[in-house]
Amino acid sequence: MAISDITEFAHLTDADVEALGEEFDQIRRDVEASRGASDEEYIRSIIRTQRRIEIAGRVALFGSPIPPLWMAGAALLGVAKILENMEIGHNVMHGQWDWMNDPEIHSATWEWDNVCPADQWKHSHNYLHHTYTNVIGKDKDVGYEILRVTSDQKWHPVNLGQPVFNTLLMLLFQHGVAIHDLDIEGLLRRDVQDPEEFRAKLEQVGRKMRRQMGKDYLLFPLLTGPFFLTTLTANMTANLIRNVWSYAIIFCGHFPDGAEVFTEEQLENETQGEWYLRQLLGSANFTGGRLMHVMSGSLGYQIEHHLFPDLPSNRYPEIAERVKAICEKYDLPYNIGPFPKQFWKSIRTIWRLALPNRKAAAEQAAHESEGLRRENASTTPSAAREARAAAAAAA
Amino acid sequence: MTAIGDSPLARRLRDAATRFTTPLLPDDYLTLVNPLWSARELRGRIVSVTPEAEDTATLVVEPGWGWSFTHAAGQYIGIGVQIDGRFVWRSYSLTTPPSRDGRRLVVTVRAMPEGFASRHLVHGVAPGTIVRLAPPAGEFVLPDPLPDKVLMLTAGSGITPIMAMLRTLDRRGGSGSLHDVTVVHCAPDAERALFADELDLLARRHPDWRIVSHHTATAGRLALRPAPHEGNPRPGRATGSSPRTSLDDLVPDWRERETWACGPAAMLDDAEKLWADAGLTDALHLERFAASFSADAASSQGGTITFARSGRTVEADGATTVLDAGERAGIPMPFGCRMGICHTCVAPLRSGAVRDLRDGTEARVAPTDQATRTVQTCVSAASGDCVIDL
Repeated sequence: MAISDITEFAHLTDADVEALGEEFDQIRRDVEASRGASDEEYIRSIIRTQRRIEIAGRVALFGSPIPPLWMAGAALLGVAKILENMEIGHNVMHGQWDWMNDPEIHSATWEWDNVCPADQWKHSHNYLHHTYTNVIGKDKDVGYEILRVTSDQKWHPVNLGQPVFNTLLMLLFQHGVAIHDLDIEGLLRRDVQDPEEFRAKLEQVGRKMRRQMGKDYLLFPLLTGPFFLTTLTANMTANLIRNVWSYAIIFCGHFPDGAEVFTEEQLENETQGEWYLRQLLGSANFTGGRLMHVMSGSLGYQIEHHLFPDLPSNRYPEIAERVKAICEKYDLPYNIGPFPKQFWKSIRTIWRLALPNRKAAAEQAAHESEGLRRENASTTPSAAREARAAAAAAA
Repeated sequence: MTAIGDSPLARRLRDAATRFTTPLLPDDYLTLVNPLWSARELRGRIVSVTPEAEDTATLVVEPGWGWSFTHAAGQYIGIGVQIDGRFVWRSYSLTTPPSRDGRRLVVTVRAMPEGFASRHLVHGVAPGTIVRLAPPAGEFVLPDPLPDKVLMLTAGSGITPIMAMLRTLDRRGGSGSLHDVTVVHCAPDAERALFADELDLLARRHPDWRIVSHHTATAGRLALRPAPHEGNPRPGRATGSSPRTSLDDLVPDWRERETWACGPAAMLDDAEKLWADAGLTDALHLERFAASFSADAASSQGGTITFARSGRTVEADGATTVLDAGERAGIPMPFGCRMGICHTCVAPLRSGAVRDLRDGTEARVAPTDQATRTVQTCVSAASGDCVIDL
């Protein structure tokens, strides 16, 4: 879908947008008013569980030459890192648990088990990504400055390497995240906007990397004495497991077909209701059981997360029911599918957009609009017609 | 900051362990074994809750790692208790005399009618509950050397810091201790008087102490207003038709005594005025359970406070704390004791300056600095424009 004509808005009047904004506000108020002991118990139990799993993993690796223990250690440690980064760290740093008034579980103090410094993450993610969600040129998460993820981004010969960059990003995901807040685009142009700031941030990243890699690749392997090498490979595997998994989950959030991108002009005079709409249309959910959602940091509820990034993640399932009802009421798309399908759509897009040709772009545009089509098209003949017309025009 | 002490060796061990637990602290894993094994935030376990006089209970708390038993009698501690998942902080005077033996902290809490937290502590806290603690603080302590003549004036649960002082004096006994002590304790009646039995006991053990119980249900409130006819005080004659007992009736020589007073705010206001009118302000020590902002420091220049994450901006004068200003702007500010002891309210200062209203020190971050400083929002006011990362 080209950004110039967002058909999802077309059938809504200004009054509609304001009214649905109120309804989303009401969800926030209701959840905020009902936060309490059971929510607190949820995050504490997740944190306790995560720390126990991590200890179990580290302990198992004292027998790392024994293959089953090596596998158990790597798997447990991988799971611990996934839980820590996704359901705990990411959500705590969003301020989802600040209401508890506990300095130990607070966005201002949390530091996560990842080479990216929390301070920089909060800037690039909480601020840039969650404020300017899917706005080309503002939100660095639209392709992470190295990938072309929407036909609205101009093709460049360097995009031909996209399948390779993408694979590297997957394998080294935590390092990609670590330099995310740096002015990489400026560096590539040899025109860093603020060299002073760049250096300071780079130093901070360096310090965090030394500590993180020091413990995983030096200290814990040394602690297991003669099993240094097997512990080292297990720890590398654990980090790899976390990298690949978090990459896959995160790529399902905004890149599947149907997730909308926006321009800076569209930000001007944006009302609260329009902000909600942008978050809704720019995000994609996936289905799954409770375990799947916890292991993916509740990002299967990406839509709910973007509407209410600082409400406790354990409440997203109940919020989702209300969001779906609002989408039905106002005839808005609610982008959801099974995880493998959503992931495939994202990867397909990245591969296809490596190529410049018009055919690829047209196919992509058709796919992008497809995700937006409502389940029951007969209720919105005009919107569906416009979507098809836009796809045809792009082709 | 741990149980193994503060020796250089302990510190080195701790640093080494942190290399393994980074980005967490060893404490974060040790609390899985014992919730008190953490000095990240001070913790305590409620050992017992013993009901005292009506709506009052004495709490015994076993502190966790990092607690130093070095408080002075009369000081208070902060207790953070979780209510509906949220830490709520209140300050209570320790009634235990300072000592290293026993390793227990004792506070006596009155459930205030509107006091959510105090009610919870008196009626809702089960032994075994883990609470957060803030270290002892407060200037309401006996000086060293002790003055010759002392008056302790208390009402209701205001007796608690005084009890710590009396117990300390009692324990010291013998030479060097204080003999000329007068205690005036106001309570509605004998049943509702806190520590009545112990006060009787102390009176018997120390014949030279004078302990006066004033029961307001029968004798009315103790009159602490200056006598109606200046220079000609007539004991027992208050204004109006209902004569009230005055301080002059109970303690004719109060002007000669160094006085420590703790009780309801109205009583303390009256006492402050009475002593001021007698030109004796320096001889009166009050405990108000609120941050005491110094007169010089309480005049910061004020400015525009920008809350970076919520994008909201608010004008605040130099006497308004960042916490108050933020709350008024509708920002969900973290807060605890609201008096600068528990550090729950800390927030990063991105740029600009704030002034600590207690002592006037300024925290400043230049806009070009990458680093931020954390400041206690409950005791800091804007000193020029500033940006807070909340």
